[in-house]
Amino acid sequence: MKKVIFYLSLLVWTILFIYPFLWMLSATIRPEQEIGGFNIIPSQITFESYAQVFAKIPIVRAFFNSLFVALTVTTGTLFLCSMIGYAIGRLQFLGRDIIFYLVLITMMLPLQIILIPLYILMVKLSWVNSYYSLIVPWTVSAIAIVMLRQYFQSIPRALIDAARIDGCSELRIIFHIVWPISVPALITVGIITFMTTWNEVLWPLIVIREHNLMTMPQLVTIFAVGGQAESLLGVQLAAATLLALPVIIAYTFFQKYFIESMATSGLK
Amino acid sequence: MLKQVRRTFLLIKTMKILKIITAKFAKNDRIGYALVMPYIVHFCLFIAFPFGFCFVLLFHKWDIVSEMQWVGAGNFYHIFQDKLFFKAIRNTFTFLLVHIPLQIGIALFLAEMLNQKIKFRGFFRSVYFMPVVVSGVVITILWDQLYAQDTGVINMIFVQLGLPKMPWLTSPYLAMPSIAIMATWKNVGIYVVLFLVGLQNVPKQLYEAADLEGASHWYKFSRITLPMINPTMLMVVILSTINGFNLFIEPYVMTGGGPMNSTLSAVLYIYNQGFYFYHMGYAATLGFCFAAIVFLVVFLQRKLVEQKPLD
Repeated sequence: MKKVIFYLSLLVWTILFIYPFLWMLSATIRPEQEIGGFNIIPSQITFESYAQVFAKIPIVRAFFNSLFVALTVTTGTLFLCSMIGYAIGRLQFLGRDIIFYLVLITMMLPLQIILIPLYILMVKLSWVNSYYSLIVPWTVSAIAIVMLRQYFQSIPRALIDAARIDGCSELRIIFHIVWPISVPALITVGIITFMTTWNEVLWPLIVIREHNLMTMPQLVTIFAVGGQAESLLGVQLAAATLLALPVIIAYTFFQKYFIESMATSGLK
Repeated sequence: MLKQVRRTFLLIKTMKILKIITAKFAKNDRIGYALVMPYIVHFCLFIAFPFGFCFVLLFHKWDIVSEMQWVGAGNFYHIFQDKLFFKAIRNTFTFLLVHIPLQIGIALFLAEMLNQKIKFRGFFRSVYFMPVVVSGVVITILWDQLYAQDTGVINMIFVQLGLPKMPWLTSPYLAMPSIAIMATWKNVGIYVVLFLVGLQNVPKQLYEAADLEGASHWYKFSRITLPMINPTMLMVVILSTINGFNLFIEPYVMTGGGPMNSTLSAVLYIYNQGFYFYHMGYAATLGFCFAAIVFLVVFLQRKLVEQKPLD
């Protein structure tokens, strides 16, 4: 009996977390005037809302923009931060600790302080309305450096020394010796970087004004706020669903990695 | 003539010394420097420069297009008379006051449940985590509908339960708490996982010892569990606080900061000042002040929540 109540309460919470998503999905495939109410089974199915989204905003283009930006930032972060993390964690050089402290300090730097000056820098570099502003400032991240450094430090010294004796260059050591045994750390950093970049809205809203260059979350935001959706709920929700779908699909396949990565970093 | 020879000689000698130094230096260090070079470039360009330039902006009035105008402490003088600045701080604290206890309560409750011997733990955990991975924009658009006064699902449930319809997003008193509830729903999954890890790290012997003494559930929870997961608790409080001060997309999409500026958040106010009115100097000053407040609050929370380890 106690067990039944226990599982029942877990189930109630499950519904609390799943139901809104199902409601959203059902709202996008039913006629506009039927939206509202908790019934999630539509009386008739129509894809009118999706058709309107595709007709009104360049959402496919935005999807590929987002994908391009997120993939580039993730690849860049993995390469650069591996190099930096390896140097800080495994090499000896003058001023190494100073650089490590700098990394730790930048981790604590609040976003509010940087926001305006960084935008002005983008203006001065004429990177406004360009992919550069979405990619270049974010390819080096303090969290990624710290996580990779920590993982690299756990690699046995003998392995790296052996590679050095064999005449491996440090770059080859990083990418041929260290990388294959650091897959868990690379996955973690990769997922965190990809997700933060994919979901970022504030920065694109600031630096991108041209519809063709907008990222997907930004375009959906502007669509919902800017009145282009003509306060049609189904259309707004359809845009939101299109934005959520790729991530939810990826999540259902790799949930274990997602949870471990995002929880270890404590990120949103 | 002699002078010239001497000079060349000296030059050669110094060059030799320099060469020895750089050779020695390079052998050990060159690779290291080469590898951290991207960080140094990134740091100078995207962190040190903006940070330094922030201090220039603090004392200027500027709309990017025209000339910068020196205003001395004018921005700070303005900020202390700016009702919206204080309003944004108050709103953030309203948010935190609802968000943090709710977050800790629900996350701890769910983590405790999942920490029992249960089937499908992985399934439940991944369900509770789902809103975390979805973009805040999606969550906000969705909850905007759920909160709707006449057609929203939440009010329909309220009516079914015999409660009055609530003006979730249209009342200045309710709007910020509503956003805080939504943010809790979105983020609680992370904290469930964090607490679950914390709970699993509590040594079983402690509970066994307490069981031998016939301790009650509550006693075990308050005297063993809570002190043991204190570090996790501190992390949750600090992360939620930082989240609260970074709140932007939720009010931007849902309420635009209204009604009556009751959901104007720190970042939203910076955004409005900077990118709506183009008051760059003032927006930077706002950012500086908010950042200082974040530091202060996090520092105080550390002092308050952090306990000395148990003997």
